[in-house]
Amino acid sequence: MAAIELRNIVKVFSDKRRGRDLLTLDNINLDIEANDFVCLLGPSGCGKSTLLNIIAGFEQATSGRTLVGGKQVERPGSDRGVVFQQPTLMPWLTAIDNIAFHLKLKGIGKAERHHRAMEFIDLVGLRGFEHHHPSEMSGGMNQRVGIARALLMNPSVILMDEPFAALDAQTKLEMQEELVAIWQKRRCTIVFVTHSVDEALVLGNKIVVMTRRPGRIREAVNFDLPRPRDITSPEFNDAKRRILSLIREESTRLAQAS
Amino acid sequence: MTSVTDVSPEKPAFRLMRALQGLERLIVPALLIAGWEVFARSGVLPPALLPAPSAVLHALGDWVFGFDETTQTYSGHWLRDALASALRVFGGFALASLLGILAGVAIGWSRLFEKTLEPTLQMLRPIPPVSWIPLAIIWFGIADKPAIFLVFLGAFFPVLMNSIHGVKTVDHNLVRAGAMMGASQRQMLTDIVLPAALPSIFAGLRIAVGSAWMLTVTAEMVAVKSGLGYVLWDSYYFLRYDIVLAAMISIGLLGYLSDLGLKAIMARTLRWQQTTTVQGRAG
Repeated sequence: MAAIELRNIVKVFSDKRRGRDLLTLDNINLDIEANDFVCLLGPSGCGKSTLLNIIAGFEQATSGRTLVGGKQVERPGSDRGVVFQQPTLMPWLTAIDNIAFHLKLKGIGKAERHHRAMEFIDLVGLRGFEHHHPSEMSGGMNQRVGIARALLMNPSVILMDEPFAALDAQTKLEMQEELVAIWQKRRCTIVFVTHSVDEALVLGNKIVVMTRRPGRIREAVNFDLPRPRDITSPEFNDAKRRILSLIREESTRLAQAS
Repeated sequence: MTSVTDVSPEKPAFRLMRALQGLERLIVPALLIAGWEVFARSGVLPPALLPAPSAVLHALGDWVFGFDETTQTYSGHWLRDALASALRVFGGFALASLLGILAGVAIGWSRLFEKTLEPTLQMLRPIPPVSWIPLAIIWFGIADKPAIFLVFLGAFFPVLMNSIHGVKTVDHNLVRAGAMMGASQRQMLTDIVLPAALPSIFAGLRIAVGSAWMLTVTAEMVAVKSGLGYVLWDSYYFLRYDIVLAAMISIGLLGYLSDLGLKAIMARTLRWQQTTTVQGRAG
């Protein structure tokens, strides 16, 4: 049994201003195995974030079935940790209280909460900043808190929606390396949405290329280049060429059709 | 908690500069009072119509301390009068805050409450609280109750409006994050929506405390036989404009102190906000 099973997912948004419906996801079928690091790659507006939101339970598919751990997804839940595009931390809580928020909701006492959150503070390299508020930290640090917060729930899958898109290039590289290290250390299933071919190739061991709207799966590519990955190596470039040609085929096909 | 503000050296010159900086806020009031004193003594208007600041200060001093009975029956009774007004302000304000926040959060969060409760409240809102005075008197008589009722009406709507606004403008991704971490509906309100709406709720409370003082004084001028507003109106009948002005100053001062108190509570509660806002900037 796959960790995540998507069966015939269709999502239609009703566009009231134009008075017609907008097909966003067209018959998505995808299996994601446990401990996979899957990157959903596609241009903006292709529905990849919508697909992630459906797995998270934030949005309902118009039709089709979404199973996580064999169970139908009906609403958001702590079995699926989400890392948002913006850190989306509670601005009135310190880093450690944000990370331990799930434990607070479960009614666990403060000393125990902080004790358990410290492990994750260390994991994301924020020791010394545990009592800072989000407004006192950089975007990268806040996103680390967001990742730690998702990991602490020990979810069966972690869903990430372009979490590094707002970071500067250098911070982005560091965060990508750290995320891979965390994934290798903790063996979790990650679904990572991105529009950057490089990012998908640095992170994923499976890359799902999506088409422009309506979103369909163009191809799911397995990519087992050993880590750490050298983005200047010939193997990396070969893979990049292949992915880019998939995307380019798609756009020429669209250009011819129109 | 480490502070990130720069540490300025504590040299005497710096201390002097800081003391002078404290004085800058006194310049405008000092000029106003000096001008008023000169004008009042110039004899353009009879002293009975525009008492000089010194005469007002004299009346205020006697009202507070009762040293020479220039304020006659009020001499030495300031504390009693101020306390009577303050209790009405506090009573009406507390009631309005409690119900305003509860109703505001309910309306902001739930479509059901928004549809059922909000139209009625919004229809009541444009009715000036003072226009309730006749009904307040026939319902509650002449005492504390009509005053508290009026204060409640004046303070309730600012709290309500700001609470609704605060809840409605909570980032929906915070709510999603809460749902993702397994928050129940009740936890969503108490642990996410309410703290996120607090800055807006506090803005409403600060407007409300101002309204509360205005309406206490109005009520005391009409429907109550004690308090600063009553002294103000009674002195008007006896042509004691020095006491009228002393009462106005007392109300202004107490209103200002209430706002300062509320601001202090707000600064403590919303400490997390300070580094990102204009309010938190240095100097």
